[in-house]
Amino acid sequence: MKTNISLVQQILQKDKGGKIVLLMLFFVVVFVAISNLLIPKDSFFYISTYTVTLLGKYLAFALLALALDLVWGFIGILSLGHGAFFALGGYSMGMYLMRQIGDRGVYGNAELPDFMVFMNLKELPWFWCGFDNFFFAAFMIAFVPALLAFIFGWLAFRSRVTGVYLSIITQALTYALMLAFFRNDMGFGGNNGLTDFKDILGFDLQSDGTRISLLVLSFLALLGGYIVSKYIINSRLGRVCIAIRDTESRVRFLGYKVEQYKLFIFVVSAILAGIAGALYVPQVGIINPSVFSPMFSIELVIWVAIGGRGTLYGAIIGAFIVNYASTYFTSALPEVWLYALGGLFVIVTLFLPKGAVGFIKKLNLKKYTEVSNASS
Amino acid sequence: MLLLEHDNTDNIGELKKGNRILYLDDVTVSFDGFKALNSLSLTIEYEELRCIIGANGAGKSTMMDVITGKTRPDTGNVVFGQAVDLLKMDEPAIAQIGIGRKFQKPTVFEGHSVFENLELAMKGDKRFFKTLFACMSGEQRDKIEEAMVLIGLKDFYKKEASILSHGQKQWLEIGMLLMQDPKVLLVDEPVAGMTPGEVEKTGQILTDLSKNHSVVVVEHDMEFIRSIAKKVTVLHEGSVLAEGSIKNIQENEKVRKVYLGE
Amino acid sequence: MKTIFIKIILLNLLLITSVFSGKFENDIKPLLKNSFKTKEVVINQVSQKYSENDKLQTLLQALMKGDLFYTKQDKTFVVLYKKEGKIYYTKSLETQKQLEPMNKKMFKKVKTNNRLRSTIREKLAELNLFSKDRDIRYNSAKNMLKHVSQNSSVLVQKALKIEKDSKVLSVLNEINTIINVKFGTDKQEAIVKLGDYLSPQSLQALKEIYASSEDKELKELARLSIASINRSKDFYAFVEKAFFGLSLGSILLLAAIGLAITFGVMKVINMAHGEMMMLGAYTVYALQKSMPNLIEYSVIIAIPVAFLVSGIIGIIIERLVIRHLYGRPLETLLATFGISLILQQMVRSIFSPLNQEVKTPQWMSGALEINSALSLTYNRLYIIIFALLVFAGILLVLNKTSLGLKVRAVTQNRKMAQAMGIKTGLIDALTFGIGSGIAGIAGVALSQLTNVGPNLGQAYIVDSFMVVVFGGVGNLWGTLIGAITLGEINKFIEPVAGAVLAKVIILVFIILFIQKRPRGLFAQKGRDAED
Repeated sequence: MKTNISLVQQILQKDKGGKIVLLMLFFVVVFVAISNLLIPKDSFFYISTYTVTLLGKYLAFALLALALDLVWGFIGILSLGHGAFFALGGYSMGMYLMRQIGDRGVYGNAELPDFMVFMNLKELPWFWCGFDNFFFAAFMIAFVPALLAFIFGWLAFRSRVTGVYLSIITQALTYALMLAFFRNDMGFGGNNGLTDFKDILGFDLQSDGTRISLLVLSFLALLGGYIVSKYIINSRLGRVCIAIRDTESRVRFLGYKVEQYKLFIFVVSAILAGIAGALYVPQVGIINPSVFSPMFSIELVIWVAIGGRGTLYGAIIGAFIVNYASTYFTSALPEVWLYALGGLFVIVTLFLPKGAVGFIKKLNLKKYTEVSNASS
Repeated sequence: MLLLEHDNTDNIGELKKGNRILYLDDVTVSFDGFKALNSLSLTIEYEELRCIIGANGAGKSTMMDVITGKTRPDTGNVVFGQAVDLLKMDEPAIAQIGIGRKFQKPTVFEGHSVFENLELAMKGDKRFFKTLFACMSGEQRDKIEEAMVLIGLKDFYKKEASILSHGQKQWLEIGMLLMQDPKVLLVDEPVAGMTPGEVEKTGQILTDLSKNHSVVVVEHDMEFIRSIAKKVTVLHEGSVLAEGSIKNIQENEKVRKVYLGE
Repeated sequence: MKTIFIKIILLNLLLITSVFSGKFENDIKPLLKNSFKTKEVVINQVSQKYSENDKLQTLLQALMKGDLFYTKQDKTFVVLYKKEGKIYYTKSLETQKQLEPMNKKMFKKVKTNNRLRSTIREKLAELNLFSKDRDIRYNSAKNMLKHVSQNSSVLVQKALKIEKDSKVLSVLNEINTIINVKFGTDKQEAIVKLGDYLSPQSLQALKEIYASSEDKELKELARLSIASINRSKDFYAFVEKAFFGLSLGSILLLAAIGLAITFGVMKVINMAHGEMMMLGAYTVYALQKSMPNLIEYSVIIAIPVAFLVSGIIGIIIERLVIRHLYGRPLETLLATFGISLILQQMVRSIFSPLNQEVKTPQWMSGALEINSALSLTYNRLYIIIFALLVFAGILLVLNKTSLGLKVRAVTQNRKMAQAMGIKTGLIDALTFGIGSGIAGIAGVALSQLTNVGPNLGQAYIVDSFMVVVFGGVGNLWGTLIGAITLGEINKFIEPVAGAVLAKVIILVFIILFIQKRPRGLFAQKGRDAED
C-alpha cells in the first residue's frame, strides 16, 4: 500500500496544477456528500440530490475530456468521434441496468425490456446475452469501446490518415453509429434509447445513498484515469507520443512504429471514455443515440481546448467550466447558449490557443518577469 | 539474382571493412513524369565515408528518401548488407535494422528537452510496451551525457529544443544520430549554418564515425567535402555521373561541364 | 330605331343562350329520374348532340366523381366543389357561377352505378380523344389504357386513323394491341407485339393469357413477351436508379465544389460550409417572401443573390477569423465549427427554429415522361444540369482567368506570389468568398429538394467532406467523379439495405477505401505531397 502511494506521489510530482484541481474536486465531493446525506433537508446548507447528480455528471464528462486530451493533447489525434466510445460504454451500462428492471417494466415482461415487447420481439437478441451479469457488463464497458478503437485505429493509422482527414473520418464514424443506433431494429431502443432504470447491484438508483456512492465512484474513476494517464505521459512512451504529436515522420526514422503507439493511446483513451459513459448513464438515467451525434463529440473538443490542451488537468477544468455554463445558460438564457458556445470556439482558438491553463501560466510568467525586472 | 528477405538481421552478413553494406540497383523514381531518380545504381561499403554531390534536383534527397523507406521507387532494388530487402520494410523497420538519417532541414522534437531528444533516439527496444515501462540505466545516462558533451549542448540539457539556434539543432540531430548508433549514417547537409570551427569539428566526428560505421554525406560545401572525402559520387539528373577520389572528380571533364558549369 | 336594334340583339342573345344552354339543360332533365337505364340513354344522347359543348365535359366529370347534385327546391343541377361539414359549396351547372353555400339537406345526389360509370368513362374518353389539345388527347388515351374494354375498340380505331402525334399514337396502339390480345382473332401476332410495350396493363393482359390460355403456343408466346417486358422494365428501373444517383451526386457535387476550393485549394477546413449552403437556401425563402409575385423567377434571381450573400459572409469570416489560423488546420476546424453554431442560431433567431416552406416554380415541377416505365422529374433534371454548369464555370475560372492563375500561385507558393506583387490577402479572401458563394448556390438548389431549416447544412457537411476526401484533395475532377460515384453507390444500395444502412455502408466503404488510397482517388504525387 505504501509503495502504491509513493508511486502516485512520484507520478504527480511536479504536477502542481493537477494536484490542485484534484484536491479541490476531492473537497467539493466530500462537502457535497456530507451536506446531502447528513444535513437536514430544510437547512440552508443542505445540497439537493439534483446538485449531486449534476456534479456526478460533470465528473463523468471530465473523465471523457481527460480521455480526449490524452489523444489530442499528447499524440495529436483530434478525434471528433470520442462521443462514440463514451456512448458505447454508456450503452453497455444501460443494457445491464435494463436487465435489472426485470418484470417491473410497463409490460411486466421478465424476459424482455419494454421496448422489445413493444417491437414484438419474441426473444432477447444475442448481443444482449450476458448483460444481466454486472461483471460481464463491466467488462464490456471497457471492451466494446476498446474493440472499436482498435479496429478503427488499426485501419486508420496503418494507412497513415492524419490531421484533418483523421478528424473527419472519426466524425464520420460517430455519425454512422448514430444513424445505426437511431434504427429501431438495431435492438438498442432506437430513438428513445435505454431508460427507466430501477436499480444497480440491488441498490435503488433513486436513493440518496446510491447517488452519493456513484458520485464518489465517479471521482475515484477520474482520479484513477488521471493517474493512469499521467503515468503513461511520464513514461518514455509518453515522450515518444509527444514527439509523434510534434513531428510524426521524424519519429519513424528513429525506429518507432508510430502506428502501435497511436493505437495504444487511442485504445486506452477509448476505454477511459467508455468508463466515463458507464458512470454517466446511471446518474443521468438515460442513454440515447444523441450521444453519438457529431455535435456532442465536437463540443467536447471545446471543453479540452478551453481548459488547455495537453495538460490533462486543463481538460478537467474545461469540462467543468463549459458544462456549468451550459447548465446555467440552457435554463436561464437558452437563446444565448449557442451563440456563447460558438463564440467560445472562435475566441479560444484565436486568443487562447493554450486554453485557460495557458492563460494563467502566461499571467504568472508576466508577474514573475515584472517582479524580477523590478528587483534587478 | 539474390534471394532477398526483409526484416532479417542475419541477412546483413558480416560487418567488415570492404563488405557491401548498401546497394541500390537500377532505382527509378518518377513524380508525374519527372524522373527524380533515373536507374540509379550505387554501392556503399562498410566503414566507408562517401560524399555525394550534385546540383539541386540531382536526386540526392530522393535517394535518401528511397533508402529510408519514405519514397517507394517505381523500379529497382535497394539492398542492405548482403540480402536485406529494404523495399519491403517501412521506415521504423529500416531505422531499427541500422540506417540512421539526419535531415537537410534539422528536425528535432521541439517540445522535448535536449536530453529527451537524445533519449528518444537512443538505441534499444522501441516497441510500445517496452517504452511504457522503460527505466534508464546508469550506463545509458552516461552515454547521453557523453553525447551531450560531444555536441556541445551540455548546458542546454534541460532546455526545450525549440529554443536552440539552427546550428545547435544541427548538432542535436548529429547527437541523435550518434545515440541511434546505426550501421549506416545518411547525413544530409550537416554543416549548413555552422561556424568554421564547428565545420571542422563535424568533419572530425564524421571521419571518426566512419571507422566503425558507414557514413554517406550529402553536402554542397566543396571545402568541407575536400577536407573529409576519400570517395565522391556525383549525381546528375537522377543517376551517377562520376565516381572516384576528390582529385579525379575535380579533373573529370563531364563533371566540370555539368556541375561546375564550365 | 335604336330600341329595335337593341331588342334584336337581346333577342339574339336569348336565342343563343337558349340554343346552347337552355336546350342542354332540358335534354338532361331526365337525369333527375332514378332509373339508371334512362340516365344511360340520356348520356348517350347528349354526348352525341353536344360534343362541342364544354358543359358536357363538366357534367360527365361531375357524374363520374359523384359530385353532381340537384336542388330539391327548383330541380336545377349543381356541381359540388367543396364540403365543410354539412355545408356544401356548389356551382351552377348552367351558369358555372358559385352559389350560396347551403346545408346538404337542400341537395339530392344524381346517383350512378358501375355500368353507368363505365359508359360515362367511355364518353369522356371519346370526348377527350378527339380534343384539339394534344395533352388532353394524350391523357385521355392514358386513361383509356387503364380500363381497356372491348367497347373501346371502335373508338380507338377511329382515333388511330386521324391521330398524328407519335406519343398519343403509341398509347393508342398499345390499347389496340391489348384489345387484340384479349378479344382479337390473331392473338399470336398481338401477343408478340405487346412484348414491346411497358405499361402494367400490357403485362397484366399477357399474364392473364399465360395463366388462362389452353393453347400451348399462345402460352409460350405470352411467356416470352412477359419476359421481354420485364427485361425492359428492369432496364428502365436501372436507368431510373442511375438518374436518382446522378441527381444525388450532383447535389453532393454542388456541396463539395465549394469545399474542394476552400479545403482542396486553400487547405482550409471550413466546418461552416454547410451553413453557407443553408444561407443560400434561406435566400430563396427570403426572396419569395419579399417578392410573392415573382415565384416563377425566384430561383433564378436567387442564384446570384445567394452567391453574394454567402460569398460576402465567407469573406467576412475569412478576414476576421480564418486569416489568423492559416497553417493550423485543426484550430481552423474548431473555429469554423463555432461560426457554424453562431450562424445556425442566428437563422433561428431571425426566422424561426422551424423548417420554412420554399415554393417550387411551375417550370421546375412535374416530370419528363420518357415512357410508362420511366419519368424524370424536372427539378432533379435541372439540378443535374445546373451542377455541371457550375462545375464547368469554376473550372474555367480557376484555369483560364488571371484570378484563377493568382489563386493557384498563392496556394502553391505564398511567399513567391507575394514577392511577385500578388496581394495574397486579397486572393485568400476572394478564393474563400468564391468557395462560400458556391455553397450558397448549392443551397439554392437544395431549397428545391429538401426542407429549408437551420439544420440543413449539417445534413450535408459530412457527406460533402466524404466526397472531397474520396475524390482526392486539390483536384476538381476528383470531386466530380467522387460526388457522382458516391451518389450512385448510395442510390443503388438504398433499395437493398434501406436509406440509413446505405449511408452507414458508404461511410464504412470510404474508411476502407482510404486504407488503399489515403490521398483519395486522384492524389497529388510528389516529394512534398505527404507534408
